[in-house]
Amino acid sequence: MNQTSTRITLTVNGGRVDETVECRKTLVDFLREDLGLTGSHVGCEHGVCGACTVRVDGSIVRGCLILAVQCDGAEVETIEGLSDSAEIADLQENFIARNALQCGYCTPGMLMAAAELLAEGGVPSREAIREYISGNYCRCTGYQAIVDAVEATARQRAGRTS
Amino acid sequence: MKPSSFAYAKTRSLDETIGLLEQHRDEARIIAGGQSLMALLNLRLSAPKLLVDINGIAGLDGIALDGGDLKIGALVRHSAAQKSPLVARHAPLLALALPHVAHPAIRNRGTVGGSIALADPAAELPACLLALGGAVEIAGPGGMRTVAADDFFQGLYQTALGPDEVLTAIRLPAAGETTRVAFAELARRHGDFALVGLAASARAEGDRLEDLRLAFLSVALTPVRARRAETVLNGQRLGSLPVDEAVAALADDLDPDGDIHASREMKMHLAGVLLRRVAAQLERPVP
Repeated sequence: MNQTSTRITLTVNGGRVDETVECRKTLVDFLREDLGLTGSHVGCEHGVCGACTVRVDGSIVRGCLILAVQCDGAEVETIEGLSDSAEIADLQENFIARNALQCGYCTPGMLMAAAELLAEGGVPSREAIREYISGNYCRCTGYQAIVDAVEATARQRAGRTS
Repeated sequence: MKPSSFAYAKTRSLDETIGLLEQHRDEARIIAGGQSLMALLNLRLSAPKLLVDINGIAGLDGIALDGGDLKIGALVRHSAAQKSPLVARHAPLLALALPHVAHPAIRNRGTVGGSIALADPAAELPACLLALGGAVEIAGPGGMRTVAADDFFQGLYQTALGPDEVLTAIRLPAAGETTRVAFAELARRHGDFALVGLAASARAEGDRLEDLRLAFLSVALTPVRARRAETVLNGQRLGSLPVDEAVAALADDLDPDGDIHASREMKMHLAGVLLRRVAAQLERPVP
């Protein structure tokens, strides 16, 4: 009971990971420092900015508000996984086409949040898009272009299926 | 890496959890969703020696009707409660309030029980529990006990929970045909903590408003009832509620401190604005 580090086994972007971690290590630090997955960014480190957003067991969470040790047995997906699987290739194309990023620091978290909204299907209102990404700070774009890109992706996906 | 060093135990039962809490007392802290605690750990405002993770305890994540109550397990995530048809039907006040709680990534992880147990005075769910006259189920070394919402919130982050106890569920009186509920809050940005918020429940008895409970958030060290305003409105005719008089009564009910976000005067003004909005919502049946 006095151990301050422990062994964990989890799935990260489809691959099995077996590591010893300090119990106090957050998931985002584990991903970046131990696994070299630096696509998830560290911003405020207390749950406000959303730059560290990742998926755990299919739902987006703050990578700074969950411990790596809590992810023992979990399935973790990061922006690297979503990019490699091409799950959000259309969304990423629309981010580029509409200049929805400048410095890019918020972009991985923004994409993770937008991907979850888009996965619900349909074409959300601009207000609903703004609400869904309200937990992700962007200090460059003023959000307008990001909302444009998410909305365009939703319309394209709806057009393809109808 | 921000938190100070701690040991970690993922427990599988309430007995195991309570045993660890009895053994480690103030040096241990329970983590459920962790959406407030993790921030406190990262800021080193909390530095436990042992973190007791209760996410592995089976049976604490159910939502079910139990007698006349809707019982919501402590480990139910905000997002699960938000999507639950049982919550929508039997606890419509929660359905109104949950979209105001933080952001999707936080709601996916944060738990209903954790929000109540932490008792942040700016949080939505404690005010809802109080407005509904609900109760809290608690497991401890002596077994189970139930504490009414009116007795649960005792001070800033202070509740009736003992150091060796675990909140296991909340109970909310299930909504009936005459139930009226309302929720409103004002925040600078969607999902931020509210400057002021108000949760309300009542019954429409014929053309009269009865059993009104008004619970404000972000105006005191705990969620607080506005009992004078309740008295002014109780028994009054729907369609012509004496809202001006009720707003005036808030001067006796509330005594907020100003903070960096809003002065005392601003909070009092906003409390009146919210009471008017909530009174208007109470005029209509639950949709």
